[in-house]
Amino acid sequence: MKRKLLFILPVLAAMVVALAMPVATAQDEPFSVAAVAPSATNDLAFSQSMFDALTAVQEEMGEDAFEFTFIEGQFNVDDAAATIRDWAASGDYDLIIAHGSQYGAALEEIAPEFPEIAFAWGTDVNTFGLDNVSAYEAASQEGGYINGFVAGGLTQTDVIGVIGPIEVGDAKLYVDGFKAGVAAYAEEEDKEITVNVNYIQSFSDVALAAEAAETHLSNDADILTGTAQMVVGAIGVAQERGDVYWFGTQSSQTEFGGEIVVMNQVYHWEVVLMEIIANMEEGVLGGESYKITLENGGLEMEINPDFAGFESEEDYETLQEAVQILIDGIVAGDIEVLPAEEE
Amino acid sequence: MFDELLTAGVFASAIRLATPYIYAAIGETFGQRSGVLNLGVDGIMLMGAFASFYAVYETNSLLLGILVALLVGALLGLFMAFISVTLQAEQGISGIGLYLFGLGMSELLFVKLLGTPRSVDGFPRVDIPLLSDLQFLGIGEIFFRHNLMVYLAFALVPISAYVLNYTTLGLNIRAVGQNPQAADAMGVSVARVRYFTVTLGGMFSGLAGASLSIALLKVFQQNLTAGKGFIAVALVYFGGWRPTWVLAGAMLFSFVNALQLQVKTVGIDIPSEFAVMAPYVLTIIALIFATKRREQPTALTKPFERGE
Amino acid sequence: MQFISGILQGRRIIDSLYSFLMPLLAITAALIVAAVMLFFLDASPIDAYEALYDGSLGNTNSIAETLVKATPLIFVGIGICVAFRGGVINIGGEGQMIAGAVAGTAVALGLDGLPSLLLITTSIVVGFIAGALWGGIAGVLKAYFDVNEILSTIMLNQIAIQLMVYLLNGVMQEPSEDGRNRIPKSSRIVEKAQLPRIDEVPFFDTLFGDTTRLHVGFLFALILAFLTFVLLWQTTLGYRIRAVGYNQDAARYAGINVKRQMLISMLLAGGFAGLAGVIQVLGLQYRLQTDGSAVDFTGNAGFNGIVAALFGGLHPAGTIPASVFFGALLVGARNMQRVTEVPASLITAFNGIVVMFVVSVQIFNRRRARRRAAVQKEQSHV
Repeated sequence: MKRKLLFILPVLAAMVVALAMPVATAQDEPFSVAAVAPSATNDLAFSQSMFDALTAVQEEMGEDAFEFTFIEGQFNVDDAAATIRDWAASGDYDLIIAHGSQYGAALEEIAPEFPEIAFAWGTDVNTFGLDNVSAYEAASQEGGYINGFVAGGLTQTDVIGVIGPIEVGDAKLYVDGFKAGVAAYAEEEDKEITVNVNYIQSFSDVALAAEAAETHLSNDADILTGTAQMVVGAIGVAQERGDVYWFGTQSSQTEFGGEIVVMNQVYHWEVVLMEIIANMEEGVLGGESYKITLENGGLEMEINPDFAGFESEEDYETLQEAVQILIDGIVAGDIEVLPAEEE
Repeated sequence: MFDELLTAGVFASAIRLATPYIYAAIGETFGQRSGVLNLGVDGIMLMGAFASFYAVYETNSLLLGILVALLVGALLGLFMAFISVTLQAEQGISGIGLYLFGLGMSELLFVKLLGTPRSVDGFPRVDIPLLSDLQFLGIGEIFFRHNLMVYLAFALVPISAYVLNYTTLGLNIRAVGQNPQAADAMGVSVARVRYFTVTLGGMFSGLAGASLSIALLKVFQQNLTAGKGFIAVALVYFGGWRPTWVLAGAMLFSFVNALQLQVKTVGIDIPSEFAVMAPYVLTIIALIFATKRREQPTALTKPFERGE
Repeated sequence: MQFISGILQGRRIIDSLYSFLMPLLAITAALIVAAVMLFFLDASPIDAYEALYDGSLGNTNSIAETLVKATPLIFVGIGICVAFRGGVINIGGEGQMIAGAVAGTAVALGLDGLPSLLLITTSIVVGFIAGALWGGIAGVLKAYFDVNEILSTIMLNQIAIQLMVYLLNGVMQEPSEDGRNRIPKSSRIVEKAQLPRIDEVPFFDTLFGDTTRLHVGFLFALILAFLTFVLLWQTTLGYRIRAVGYNQDAARYAGINVKRQMLISMLLAGGFAGLAGVIQVLGLQYRLQTDGSAVDFTGNAGFNGIVAALFGGLHPAGTIPASVFFGALLVGARNMQRVTEVPASLITAFNGIVVMFVVSVQIFNRRRARRRAAVQKEQSHV
């Protein structure tokens, strides 16, 4: 399979450059970030999305201006807490990122002891009322909605299968958005489309995720989607069938899944990172909560040009247009992804 | 409602889910029958899963993948045998050590050699001619539309049962696990038998890993087995050290697992946590009602030294 | 006579040196193997091992971190001592820790009106009971239903995780999380439910100062280890438990109720693991949170405690140094990962190698002990 580079939106690129400038010039010492994440940097999902983002920021700002250290595989919360504390105590880092909603409690304990150091964590919105803690999250329901809407249009059996880890946080938002997207399409076309959701209660059981996919298929699903790192098992199942299509989220799964991948919602945390860094330049260490959205370019809808369902270049362009319309609709607020957002 | 739940798909699903457990648990049965508890099954599975995946990824040869899984399994089994038989190490600890080693090492090699999850073609589904078309009760779909490693797993059960129960080798294995002193007096080399069974168990575990990485999932990722090796050890106890009952345990566990997936998929509203719990709970309950008392090999976990 | 006893005493010193020497050699061998691996990963083994030392024993804070890590291992480990001595193989430490943590946290949150001492005591006691009940399930199943405890404890670990997720996503969930995100975590326990840090204890404040995370839970673990020693070797109950573990049939002939002793061993082992869980919350994390696995909370202490207990010769006095050793290894390795930026997986593999190597050399100690016993026997005949 040909390697596909991410199509970073021009908006995003411009924004990154614009924000990068003041930081790069204002500082002689490189801006130093330390990040801790639960799974591996190559998980094609949550941890990788942050690793890729830090790499992107570094490419943008240059290695002289931005350096980072990334500790992966810290699924034990207490180990992560000790790492964060040591980083803070060392004073070597300007910003410490705890990439995982399970780290919040640890951060709440540690951050007050180091008021001069900036912390960020996600995905969540809670800054604990602390001036040096930023929270960040992804509006993954937005991409979920678009994925769902397109999936509704693609399904022939009118059954779609969703595989999730546990029904919390980022996964829940994505799945809820996806369901809303399918429902919106179904309403538009006045048909009935069933979305079967299966939370397998594990982030790591690849085999169970694969079998959940098989179960979806034996219940007539012809489109699958899912979130978190264990879904590679489900993608494998779709691949073997050949006529089952996959919608990805978090990181791009196109290279892994090949031509059965329709599109991915790709996270660009660099947008949030640049905002946090820019605010820090102004002396604001935290207290705010950030979000990557379609609007600010932090969420990118990456369509796979090699998708098997495209019969011609035109199909690809049509889907691009359709997706753009949905993006515009969500950005403009014409499309309400999830009703009654409580914020 | 039962029509909706007890579909042929669910039974087929159960058979696929059971496959890695069958390999690993049958292999472990040999070791335990001879008196050696190997808690490191999951570690060997992971190493077998990675090694076979990498071999297939690089060469596209399924045969080589299987051979590599057997080789890696045998080496780690041999190592475990050396620690627990020759060095008489506490088997519970050495197994946990082996597990940690396999867990870490397989991931390390994965990161260094592959870098990111990739997929291989692996074992294709092989529909058995005629049988796979059987419509009656969905038998064709349930039993005869799987990949070769699934068929092999089920074939190994009667073979293993035969070897354990009706051959001299099996007799020696049982004797060594039941009463090593007596076996030794009869001229059976306790050490040699245990080396054999633990190495064989390692090879089975290697196959168990390969059945995931190059047959069922066709992908490798860190901690691919997610603790299945430990469940396999539990199933050996469930089966009372008899291959056919081990198979029954693996099928029961996997069937309930397949069923809970189906329950959630068709949208029956029970908390996901309880659905996922079901296979674990029912396995315990089933064992309560399986009335036959099962004597465990007397010498299990006890190292043997002559002239004690 | 005096001459002989003098020699024996000298022997004893050599023996104890020897029993330290072999594990030391094993660890050295493991470090050499890991050094080769580090070399292939382009990391300097010297830097790595310096970081290992710095992170575990290099300064006051590292030592405190080592003891923090050792605390749950001691709790679980002494429970394992009781269980294994009673002939019950408890692999359910993870699930029992979770049971203790969930119940203890629930009390700490629900009864926050109580005065501090009472609140902490109640939480801990309830944590103990919950762990004991969770272990007791396996005990009842083994004693009265002939269900092997290895099977049931492995299964019960998974069940405990799901129950925890269910509760943390339901009745125990922090109210503010009940929105769209629904992170499975409890509220933070009030300050008076938190265990004091160790600097609030006289003497220890001079040792550790007031900046470390070491809490009084560590001292509880030491006290409990002593009590367990008394229980096992100075009471009738302990004698019965050991008799059952030593030889079930003989114990039965001696009129001991084997089933009951098995159940009691499991209750105690589960209870101690439950303590490990609740104290982890009250002393360190202050709230319970999960990602749907056990390890994010337990850090595998339920398993590592078994290793520590077996290394410690299934004796509480041996379990403590063994737990501290593994605590040091774990936090040292954590620091090593941080400093050299080697993949987390190397650390896991490294721990596995150390465990296998150290357990492998135990044979030399046992052989020597046996030879000594034989020599002594001969001498006593003279």
